[in-house]
Amino acid sequence: MSQALEIPSRPAIDLFGALKSGALAAIVAFGLFSLLIGVRTDQGPTGALQIEPRLIALGVICAVAFVGGFARALLAGERLDFASYVPEQIKVAAAQVGRYFGLALLAFALIEPVIFYNNRYILDLGILVLTYVMLGWGLNIVVGLAGLLDLGYVAFYAVGAYSYALLATSFGWSFWICLPIAGFLAACWGVMLGFPVLRLRGDYLAIVTLAFGEIIRLVLLNWQSLTGGPNGVSGIPRPSFFGIPFADEENGFAATFGLEYSPTHRVVFLYYLILALALVTNWVTLRLRRLPIGRAWEALREDEIACRSLGINTTTTKLTAFAMGAMFGGIAGSFFATRQGFISPESFTFSESALVLAIVVLGGMGSQLGVAVAAFAMLGAFELFREFSQYRMLVFGLAMVLIMIWRPRGLVATRTPSVFLGKFKEVPAEAVAEARQ
Amino acid sequence: MSASADPILNVEHLSMHFGGLIAVDDLSFAAQRGHITALIGPNGAGKTTVFNCITGFYHPSVGMIRLAHADGTTYLLERLLDFRIAKLARVARTFQNIRLFAGMTVLENLLVAQHNPLMRASGLTVLGLLGLSVYRHAESAAIDKAKFWLDRVGLIRRADDPAGDLPYGEQRRVEIARAMCTDPVLLCLDEPAAGLNPRESAELNELLLGMRAEHKTSILLIEHDMSVVMGISDRVVVLDYGVKIFDGTAADVRNDPKVIAAYLGVEDEEVEQVEAEVGL
Repeated sequence: MSQALEIPSRPAIDLFGALKSGALAAIVAFGLFSLLIGVRTDQGPTGALQIEPRLIALGVICAVAFVGGFARALLAGERLDFASYVPEQIKVAAAQVGRYFGLALLAFALIEPVIFYNNRYILDLGILVLTYVMLGWGLNIVVGLAGLLDLGYVAFYAVGAYSYALLATSFGWSFWICLPIAGFLAACWGVMLGFPVLRLRGDYLAIVTLAFGEIIRLVLLNWQSLTGGPNGVSGIPRPSFFGIPFADEENGFAATFGLEYSPTHRVVFLYYLILALALVTNWVTLRLRRLPIGRAWEALREDEIACRSLGINTTTTKLTAFAMGAMFGGIAGSFFATRQGFISPESFTFSESALVLAIVVLGGMGSQLGVAVAAFAMLGAFELFREFSQYRMLVFGLAMVLIMIWRPRGLVATRTPSVFLGKFKEVPAEAVAEARQ
Repeated sequence: MSASADPILNVEHLSMHFGGLIAVDDLSFAAQRGHITALIGPNGAGKTTVFNCITGFYHPSVGMIRLAHADGTTYLLERLLDFRIAKLARVARTFQNIRLFAGMTVLENLLVAQHNPLMRASGLTVLGLLGLSVYRHAESAAIDKAKFWLDRVGLIRRADDPAGDLPYGEQRRVEIARAMCTDPVLLCLDEPAAGLNPRESAELNELLLGMRAEHKTSILLIEHDMSVVMGISDRVVVLDYGVKIFDGTAADVRNDPKVIAAYLGVEDEEVEQVEAEVGL
């Protein structure tokens, strides 16, 4: 609407204004970087500190800022409509591809271990990506559907991991028994977190959930007698193929199925295990969206007061969202524990929560496909930049800023309605309430 | 409007204090079953506060609000939580500033309103998750009901559009349709005609009268649009500064000196006399 209003008032290209804005950007850059980059302290020949000016580097930075500010001012208001340059046929084709993109991704995920059977690195990366896809899908229930900003999601991941690790090492229970127990325990913790934050929204909720995540980590760190403190829990049993261990022995997996023993069998099994768990998460979420509880979650995100006026118990609705999200986080945690064989509180820091939340936000809140693509892109990019570890966070931050400028509501910003009377239609992103309010 | 009639809602000695501010002061009135009762008054008279007390968004400082169903069950609304008032006592409301689920489609809005019956049919989600036919039947019945109400408010063609994309007047009608999807015995409408043009107001009158006739819905109405108030109200209650200054038929209200004084003010020399009459 506002675009239509702005167009007639836009003047011809304002060169002077652009120069001014470029100069302003350069001045700000100079102020910011004159000390950060412009000078460098170094050890002199006598061993004393000396200041070494780096005027060229500073000049380059200022020039870049000038060009950036200049270009931005020139293009301001000129909404770069790349879409209009694309021929109609290609757009139609792209839409066709888009429709099957999810299926293609699923097909690729299914055959990945076959293609890369001999590439241990790719298989491990696939397992990692799928773990985060599952975590993203779990958090998506809380943040994307119910609109409750949760910064402490890693707590449930930790609860699930420690539940499995402790039950398996203390009582020798098998993975398949511990998995639902870990999910259940994590869900209980989800409810426990949910109770005190029932009345909170937005920023306040985020702070409390952040604290909750830290509390769980600190408890794990300090409760030496139970969790082993910073030493963690080691010797966690590896998963077996429904009772048949992946070992080079007579009743091992390879021998039972008449194969030659290979450690890759276990990796491939782990891969399919996490794929199955992630797909179950996805299936349940998609199913719940079409059920009254899922619609109540989304309604809660849109307007809590209206929900109450329609007789929806917002307390239980919020708690189920927390419990559901936490349960999937806990299950992913058990998987993490059995895959690693060793867990310690170090694996459950805030940066994990931030990463999962970034995946959900980047993917487009509420979109299953978007979250999967975002997890893939995010962890893939992390791996690509592994060699430039120094600049990894820099590039990561820059990429996030750019994506938030271009696609402020994430990669897949449209919302698919849960029920139709007539033809299939998507809800544009502008209409959907954001999680933070 | 004799006293022997059957009141659906009895508000007795209702007071609502916010700190030192007395928003509603010792208000008593009754709304009859199957009638349209209008609550009017100048801005800031405490009308919406009364609504919020009735629908449980505020807990009244003093007073009793009794709702009686046709089967004789009574509910004391001041003791119930907001969502229970909608769920058990079946009081539905709309809001002065429209509160639709803007990102969800119109049809989804109307299905959210049927949350409680659908939740039961889905066996608290478990049966629905398994895809049992019990839930599928319940959902298609819910969609039929939504279709009925959309048809009724003339918005069936917008069913799959996001509610936030609809023009203002249509959003008002969706909100009424959504409230009706909860099968209310008492419908509280907070300024349903605000922002509507005269033609739309006339349509609203038709709709409300139709709802009263066909669905036996009792309606409590806050409204500034006198064409709506005078056209359809069976009874009018006038509030000013939280105090009831008139309770009677629509025909009598326009000639009541206190009401005229509240809305239009009085000559300087009459102020003391009127204030004495009103009891200020």
